[in-house]
Amino acid sequence: MHIPDGFLNTATVVTTGVVSAGGIANAVRIANKKLGERHIPMMGILAAFIFAAQMLNFPVAGGTSGHVIGAALVAILLGPWAAVIIMSVVLIAQSLIFQDGGLLALGANIFNMGVVAGFGAYYIYRLMGTLLGDSNRSRLVSGFVAAWSSVLLASIACAIELAVSGTSPLSVVLPAMAGVHALIGIGEGLITVAVVSVVMSTRADLLKLQRI
Amino acid sequence: MGNKKWWLIALVFCLLLATISPLASSSPDGLEKVAEDKGFIGAAGDAPFEIIADYVFPGIENEAVATILAGWIGTLLLFGIAYVIAWLVRSRGEKAAAR
Repeated sequence: MHIPDGFLNTATVVTTGVVSAGGIANAVRIANKKLGERHIPMMGILAAFIFAAQMLNFPVAGGTSGHVIGAALVAILLGPWAAVIIMSVVLIAQSLIFQDGGLLALGANIFNMGVVAGFGAYYIYRLMGTLLGDSNRSRLVSGFVAAWSSVLLASIACAIELAVSGTSPLSVVLPAMAGVHALIGIGEGLITVAVVSVVMSTRADLLKLQRI
Repeated sequence: MGNKKWWLIALVFCLLLATISPLASSSPDGLEKVAEDKGFIGAAGDAPFEIIADYVFPGIENEAVATILAGWIGTLLLFGIAYVIAWLVRSRGEKAAAR
């Protein structure tokens, strides 16, 4: 879902850039209060995992592929502001070094795949947890729903930016983006649940780190 | 428990994931496909500079090798950058309070 340069108009580039820069600044401020020694290797591993996993496009219906975003996994394990930091680091490296995602579109990509996906996943996960109770099975079900929703929400944000930019009418681009990402989101849900269940069975203590 | 060991194992696992990256689907992703179908893919501009463009390390003939190399570099780089950033922004109060 990495937006290249050329798809967004100046107003959208500036708006999303300002919002994302503010989000990163706030994330750093909060991490400065809450991030402890035990979070540090986890932050490194999640960034490495998301980079590697994003290279692995899986096929979905109709000659299309998708890859994980990863924000939901970070939001579930470490909290939404940690997701903003990690997704920003990954997206900036991908744009600068690997020419994946435009330089001017960086703010929009961080907003969609960091802020929207991270916070969307976090609050849906918490809401589901309240509804389903506190068990490993409910955590996995909540994780799947949160991860799937995060992809859908990010794709809707992306569609709105494309429509506001005059690139494609909302009535065309919104159903198309939401439709294909409803499928890609299934992959996000399965991979997120797989990682959370591995952490549960090998290092359950890491699930109890303070959320950032 | 092996507090240090878990993340080393996890990092090796990430490198293994990067190693199978040549097997990834080369079909357009969700946004690219929509852009093709709805006729706005042409609006995409070229990057002003290229370093390891499209996850293919430049100057290597074998594309699978070039992709794996790009994947390893990115994986290690992202681990290092996120680790250092987390170390820099970590809370200093917690450690002092724990003493």
